[in-house]
Amino acid sequence: MYPWGAPQYRRARRLCTNLMSIVAPNNSKPRLTTRITGWFTEWVLDWGELVISSCIALGDFCLFILSTFRWMFSRFPKGETLWPNFYQVGVSSLPVVALTGTFIGVVLALQSSSQLGHYGLTNQLGGVINLTLVRELGPVLAATMLAGRVGSAMAAELGTMRVTEQIDALSAMGADPIHYLVVPRFLACLLFIPTLTIMADFMGVAGGYFYSNIWLNIDQHYYWTNSAKFVNNFDLFTGILKSLFFGSAISLISCYQGFNCKPGAEGVGKAATSSFVFAFIVILILDLSLGLSLKALYESWYPGGTY
Amino acid sequence: MMIEQLLDQEQESIVDVEKLSVTFGSQEVLKDITLRIPPGQTLALLGESGCGKTVLMKSIIGLVKPTVGTIEFDGENINQLTERQLSRMRLRYGFIFQNAALFDSMTIGQNVAFPLRQHGRFSDNQIREMVLSRLSEVGLPDSVVFKKPAELSGGMRKRVGLARALIMNPELIMYDEPTTGLDPIMSDVINELILRTRSRNPVTSIVVTHDMHTARKVADRVVMLIPRQRLDPGENQVIFDGSVKELETCRDRRVQQFVNGEAGERLMEMRANGHDQ
Repeated sequence: MYPWGAPQYRRARRLCTNLMSIVAPNNSKPRLTTRITGWFTEWVLDWGELVISSCIALGDFCLFILSTFRWMFSRFPKGETLWPNFYQVGVSSLPVVALTGTFIGVVLALQSSSQLGHYGLTNQLGGVINLTLVRELGPVLAATMLAGRVGSAMAAELGTMRVTEQIDALSAMGADPIHYLVVPRFLACLLFIPTLTIMADFMGVAGGYFYSNIWLNIDQHYYWTNSAKFVNNFDLFTGILKSLFFGSAISLISCYQGFNCKPGAEGVGKAATSSFVFAFIVILILDLSLGLSLKALYESWYPGGTY
Repeated sequence: MMIEQLLDQEQESIVDVEKLSVTFGSQEVLKDITLRIPPGQTLALLGESGCGKTVLMKSIIGLVKPTVGTIEFDGENINQLTERQLSRMRLRYGFIFQNAALFDSMTIGQNVAFPLRQHGRFSDNQIREMVLSRLSEVGLPDSVVFKKPAELSGGMRKRVGLARALIMNPELIMYDEPTTGLDPIMSDVINELILRTRSRNPVTSIVVTHDMHTARKVADRVVMLIPRQRLDPGENQVIFDGSVKELETCRDRRVQQFVNGEAGERLMEMRANGHDQ
């Protein structure tokens, strides 16, 4: 859709190659020093090309995001494009997110109990499990499942539409593809990822509690009292705020990959794979940067409090 | 007097392509193309694969942005329009894609009704009637309305694509290889539909094709493009512009090769150029 990237770096590469052919002309029997220079030049050119193409792709992605926001605020999408996406994200993803949440709660209880048992702190188990779930694992795992289940499907679907000219057909009939295809998917991820996160949190809390109470025989009074002591509203807010960023990133990355899909089955496959890989990396980067920012925010709001 | 003549010429054309060049990466697909199409004309755009016919047609509708040059439709430079203005302008176009480009997730009825629902303010009953009438015009039964595109044959999909492009009564219809991949009878059905569409409405049509039978049957005027690699130095990419009769008698070796479907020395040329068109 935005094929204005490629010529710049190709031109730059050609220019560099020409310059190097003047500095180090290609003789029939190159000396060792010339070969090393040639190899080094290639290496520099490859890296330069990678940096320039990455910058172009990033700029292209920013324009894509801008266009999405412009359409979202200028004309709200029709219900017929919203509901199927809401259903896909909000309803179809629910079982898998709930299952993941439950198992993570149980595994956390299993691993933490033996660690805390060494120090005789098993009564504190509830606090540790629930804090980890609400603040970190709930949002990150719900987002990962969404990226795998919905993000890849979005990239593959839009990629197939690109390859079979359906996106061009939308434009040809006067419908903007970003307004028609991207905005509903973005809104679905943005609005429903908090509910998926809450579901993952809830199932994780329930799984952790049942394992601790039934298997490890930890007294439920201590379990819940310590949970209430450790987990506060700010932690819940932290998790949900993070999830909003994760949902936006998943939908935008997946749609961008689909829109810029290369031709053929291989192109569609690559778009689906790279959408998950990029979304996952961005989720981790956002998790760290938001974690640091929210910690700083908490400490400025509640001086002396422990985050 | 000269200015008046020029002004008359300007007013006569509905599509005006001026010194168009399109480059993808380092590959220059179109260079210095100038083309004027008067209203009501059916123009066949011929040329071998990879010569840029589809790119030229997509440039006219604004799907491909020109690297250099201007494209005017009914006196308006389409590259200076905003996205919204371009969307409105596209209501006046109908585009039939090579593989129909029907939306997989929708039924045939929803596909044909798409432009109406997108732009028109029609009631559901009106939309149903218009969809059924367009489908019957292209020879499809009412029962296809609830089918998905994957359930139809190639010829049926092309006809659905035609019905979808015609539903908004466009002024300019563009056919991208309408008969490619179809049997000879179905190809002629499509040719008949192109002729019938023109006889019903005074539309301008551009037909991109490899099929000489289609060009002979439907075209008033033929324009032939040639891949940039086959050009002599300083030569324009449009190597023929004239009527079908003139095409048959054209002496250019490359034109005759295409018209008669002869490979000649083309395989050797392609090997020498190192490209596989």
